[in-house]
Amino acid sequence: MARILLIEDDQAIRSGLALALGRHGHDVREAGTGEQGLRALGSTPPDVVVLDLMLPGIDGFEVCRRIRADGDLPIIMLTARGDDLDIVGGLEAGADDYVVKPVQPRVLDARVRAVLRRGAPAEHGARERHHDLTIDRAALTVHKGEVQVSLTPTELRLLLELSRAPGQVLSRRQLLELVWEHDYLGDSRLVDNCVQRLRAKIEDEPSRPVFVQTVRGFGYRFGPV
Amino acid sequence: MRPLARARSVLGGLRARLILAFIAVAVTGAAAAAWASAASAGSSLLEEAQRRIADEIERKVTATAPSMPYPPDQAALDRLRTTIGGPALVTYGALRSATGPVQDLLTPRLRSATGETDRLLAQRVQRGGPKLVVGTPVLITGLDGVRRHSGVEVYAVRDLGGVQQQVDALTANASRTSALALPVAVLLALLAARGVLRPVRDLRTAARRLAGGDLGARLRPRGSDELAELAETFNDTAASLERSVGELARMEADARRFVADVSHELRTPLTTLTAVTEVLEGEAERMPADARESTRLAVSETRKLARLAEDLIEVSRFDSGAATLRPEEVELRAAVRDCLHTRGWLDEVQLDAPEEVAAVLDRRRLDVITANLVGNARRHGAPPVVVRLRGEQEWVHLEVTDHGAGLADEVAPHVFDRFYKADTARARSEGSGLGMAITAENVKLHGGTIEAGNAAGAGARFTVRLPRWTEVSP
Repeated sequence: MARILLIEDDQAIRSGLALALGRHGHDVREAGTGEQGLRALGSTPPDVVVLDLMLPGIDGFEVCRRIRADGDLPIIMLTARGDDLDIVGGLEAGADDYVVKPVQPRVLDARVRAVLRRGAPAEHGARERHHDLTIDRAALTVHKGEVQVSLTPTELRLLLELSRAPGQVLSRRQLLELVWEHDYLGDSRLVDNCVQRLRAKIEDEPSRPVFVQTVRGFGYRFGPV
Repeated sequence: MRPLARARSVLGGLRARLILAFIAVAVTGAAAAAWASAASAGSSLLEEAQRRIADEIERKVTATAPSMPYPPDQAALDRLRTTIGGPALVTYGALRSATGPVQDLLTPRLRSATGETDRLLAQRVQRGGPKLVVGTPVLITGLDGVRRHSGVEVYAVRDLGGVQQQVDALTANASRTSALALPVAVLLALLAARGVLRPVRDLRTAARRLAGGDLGARLRPRGSDELAELAETFNDTAASLERSVGELARMEADARRFVADVSHELRTPLTTLTAVTEVLEGEAERMPADARESTRLAVSETRKLARLAEDLIEVSRFDSGAATLRPEEVELRAAVRDCLHTRGWLDEVQLDAPEEVAAVLDRRRLDVITANLVGNARRHGAPPVVVRLRGEQEWVHLEVTDHGAGLADEVAPHVFDRFYKADTARARSEGSGLGMAITAENVKLHGGTIEAGNAAGAGARFTVRLPRWTEVSP
């Protein structure tokens, strides 16, 4: 049960998805353009944005970037399969996940629920310090030195899963299942992109990462710091 | 090529033949001219020398004869011989006055001829170099005014060595001239050959480029000879070829773009249909029977349509060259198992993969290949479907075998064709009709091979070979 803002220019798709998502118990509000969508965000913030990339006026990538600039609201993109540039571009703009048109509503529903679970505190953990990085598993906050780092639910979940066992390698597939709850069909771009965004926020030198290290051919590893 | 054959082909080349012919003509011409002029110069030199010698001797004989007593005694003969000088012989009957080796050089023919003639005779002999032997009778004028033989005969030998040297020099000159003509001829031949061969070579290069698919290959016609005409003809041919191929390519590209555009356009209504049919499906249980059946049909057909549109888009991507590989490190046994698991086929498909196979390839495309082959085996073959996976040094082998009736001989070559229906009885299968074509394209994109055949004692067998370590493009 989530409040969803659906930004999609095609009236029929909007209505169809709104109907179907409504049956899954969600409260869907619709916007036909990026501008409308961004305005709708101000009045009553939704829990998640479902965003079509191909929009008239300001396109989905730009909408994505503006939402990200304001905060960590989860974003799920509607894309066309195999349009790799779209997917990569959307992920780089800060989207958390994507579904492919024509999407089955039950799949979209599952993704919405998964992305919302990422932001839900589910752990009783103490604060952990790794060098100058402080992770509070209960409060779901991350501090770099004294400054709180603003992470999206997806970035935060990725960091929590990686730092659960410092020094242990997690494959992209494991991370996809743990963080995105995907049926793994070979899309490691979600992981790679999210890792890059996370590094940009917590590493001193993102090109020479200390916290989230790449283990070539295997996956990623937290530390050892 | 064997050396002999290579030599023959080099010698048989146009260039070599031209040069050889040119050299032969030039050198023969030069030599003939040089030798002819040397020979004529040589013979006139000799004749000149002979005439000079003959004149000198005749003059001396004529000058001395009137003062000779008649019949002459030995002293008179000696005087005459001294006057003549050089190796000479003067005879009168049995009397002889000789100096030098005249006797040896004198041929009987000259002797007898001299006895009968009233002129000076000369004969060239070779004895220690070229010599001229001259014989002349001494004539006296009788009281009756008639000139007749006095019986005195004068023979003299003169050396022609000097003249011979001059002639030799001429001959040597002729040889040198001919020899000098050789490099000049070679040079000229090379230039001429180049002049003829360059257009021919250009033509060959252009024709090769054309054959290699470069339809823009053209020649620059030079001059107005037959070769220039040939170049013009070639250019016209190439231009018309380019036009027709370009036309065809444009038409094909248009058709492909049309398919791609249509498929993309289909996505929008299909997204809506997919959403609303799912809503209807949720209500199906509460509907009257006919509405329920209609709803189920709408749901399944919408799915099929969505699948067809996706596959068309995928095929368009291959056609337009937009399909790219995203190689990553993959453990194949797990990847194949994931593929089967995701589609709920793990229980019914036997996976024969005794060990892990690490590889670098496009995981999503491998998933498509595996799913399509297994799906095809499930639809058209009979269980059990066996997926066999093996890794070699450079290659990965993936085999999908079913236990159905196998592929008919006429089907096997077409099994990867688009919309090919092997089984007319099932004119509408569950697939889009593009699955196997897409599978083949995915294999090709990796640089692998795929074969369709039958397994001994089983049904159809599809064998895929993929490079194990796909180059990761930067």
